[in-house]
Amino acid sequence: MRYRLARITTRSVNAASRRLGRGHGTVAGGRAGLRVDPKLLERLSAGRSVALVTGTNGKTTTTRLLAEALGAGGTPVVSNETGSNMPPGLVAALVRAGPAVLEVDEIYLPRVLAATSPTTVVLLNLSRDQLDRTNEVRMVAGRWRAALAAAPHTTVVANADDPLVVWGAGAAATVRWVAAGTRWQLDAVGCPSCEGRISFADGGRWSCAAGCGFTRPVPTASLRFSEDGTAPHRGVWADGRVHEIDLLLPGRFNCANALMAAVAAESCGIAAGDALAAMSGVANVAGRFTVRTFDHVQARLMLAKNPAGWSELLEMVVGDDGPLVVSINARIADGADPSWLWDVPFERLGDRTVVATGDRFRDLSVRLHYAGVAHRTQAVPVAAVKEAAEGGQGRVVDVIGNYTAFNDLLGAHP
Amino acid sequence: MSGPLRIAVVHPDLLGTYGDGGNGLILARRAGWRGHEVALLQATSDGPLPEADIYCLGGGEDGPQVRAARTLGEDGTLARRVEAGAVVLAVCAGYQIVGRSFPDADGHPHAGLGLLPISTVKGTGARAVGEVVARTAEGGPSLPTLTGFENHGGRTTLDEGAVPLARVTVGVGNGDGSGTEGAWAGRVVGTYLHGPVLARNPALADLLLAWALGADEWAPLDDAAALDLRQERLDAVAGRGGFRDRNRRAGPPARTR
Repeated sequence: MRYRLARITTRSVNAASRRLGRGHGTVAGGRAGLRVDPKLLERLSAGRSVALVTGTNGKTTTTRLLAEALGAGGTPVVSNETGSNMPPGLVAALVRAGPAVLEVDEIYLPRVLAATSPTTVVLLNLSRDQLDRTNEVRMVAGRWRAALAAAPHTTVVANADDPLVVWGAGAAATVRWVAAGTRWQLDAVGCPSCEGRISFADGGRWSCAAGCGFTRPVPTASLRFSEDGTAPHRGVWADGRVHEIDLLLPGRFNCANALMAAVAAESCGIAAGDALAAMSGVANVAGRFTVRTFDHVQARLMLAKNPAGWSELLEMVVGDDGPLVVSINARIADGADPSWLWDVPFERLGDRTVVATGDRFRDLSVRLHYAGVAHRTQAVPVAAVKEAAEGGQGRVVDVIGNYTAFNDLLGAHP
Repeated sequence: MSGPLRIAVVHPDLLGTYGDGGNGLILARRAGWRGHEVALLQATSDGPLPEADIYCLGGGEDGPQVRAARTLGEDGTLARRVEAGAVVLAVCAGYQIVGRSFPDADGHPHAGLGLLPISTVKGTGARAVGEVVARTAEGGPSLPTLTGFENHGGRTTLDEGAVPLARVTVGVGNGDGSGTEGAWAGRVVGTYLHGPVLARNPALADLLLAWALGADEWAPLDDAAALDLRQERLDAVAGRGGFRDRNRRAGPPARTR
């Protein structure tokens, strides 16, 4: 009875919230439902096929790609596609029927794992992010490890190239390792197993130099980039199968997300080739890489919220010389301390002229000053985009923001 | 001084979690802009610590912190160079390991490097996380108000021979009940402030450079961006009602050089 009431509450509060224009209607209803029935997440998950996706970067995109793959045959898949990845957001997604693909905040994984008994969990990567909230990434890896050891019926799909992820997945009963790559290794230098030092070799191999035996596992599938760097790239399986990865989504990191999703789809009974074909049509995920027009100025909106994400994205934009806006906030969802800007190699922007904006444009300006990157500052993001376009000869303005800065521009009126 | 000014970022692979590597970059740029030849060294933990004139240690996680203290103690270079007059800026986990003892994740004490007469224990309450404003303390170096962001669970006590760097007006700082933040002795400065601390406090950067270069006159630099940032941070804290400095003599504290 309580369960039924909780479901109805969740649905109706969400509907009301959407009608009132008070948001996407994914959190308020979930909160209300959980107040009526604190066990709502458990009850909604019971008897349902659930896949969870977590990690520092790529959660929203990988969740969408996996949902696309699982829904390709016409099955209605439910998902928290707007990125509300804590229990209220999960509950809001689960009031609809059907198999579920859920993005989960990395700190909440143990709790959500216990509540939903998922068939599959995807572990993408783990690196410094919002340090004022999460404190330490290796503590997060340790909690994953304990939680997954207690979930013997769950298949884990994990990135073999990230030592912290390997530690987190290492005690699980069934793991499919994916060589998905990672550019950012600075959070994984200390061996999580023995406090020795991880040494990274060419070709992605790594192992603990102190000889404790902690080493990169043999992958089920590996990402292989084409020689000229352009799509299609390939996923190569240990059993000899090769599948093309040809996405509308740009960036090597999205190929990695797709390969992880393909291996996860396999563990849910969908052929990897079919899964990748279904993913190839996804053009933008929750606004990432979407082109918005502000007056007559076209701007491509990109999200990078921590040093690891920036390392990947800089790789993509560094060859360009068009106008660039960087927008930085430090609100609750971003983490209150933007010190991480000093871990981002902005020096690589070289001669590119940047307009610094967002709530914390002054922190960014000091960083760019010491990086030797010429820039202007403009407190108002939309104005910054228009300013950047001046002298850009009609070229699309690249805009990179961290979480709330990106969402502000996505929702901004031109 | 003959040869370039050598600035070493110490073990960025272990003590590089909070962007504090920026301190080394800031020192290098400020010396370079004033015409000094500079070598900025990223001294990772897999090799011996190089000889340098300024050493910067940053924040790190509990496990890597223990490892860094052990490696630096066995290496011996840092203690020897401090003896010879090298300058040290140690932040957060780095601040704790240049002291006499510090706690690991379980609260067990580990021996520090003993470069500062301070001791740190694990705090019993919540971590200290948030903005800090601190005014230079009596006996400390003469600096404008310090601004930074702290994120630590340790509580640090200063023993005889260590002088507080500043007195906290907003935030926790050393957290031992004394209301102080950071410590200094000789040419070793320790602080809990991230931001990085030298990005928000260019006067502290110039003080360290003055010690290392023996200079007492500085060509002024274009610090407009840093001064704007200082003002914004101090205003932000004041706006929350936290920063009420009744003893302030004249004007806002940030615009001083």
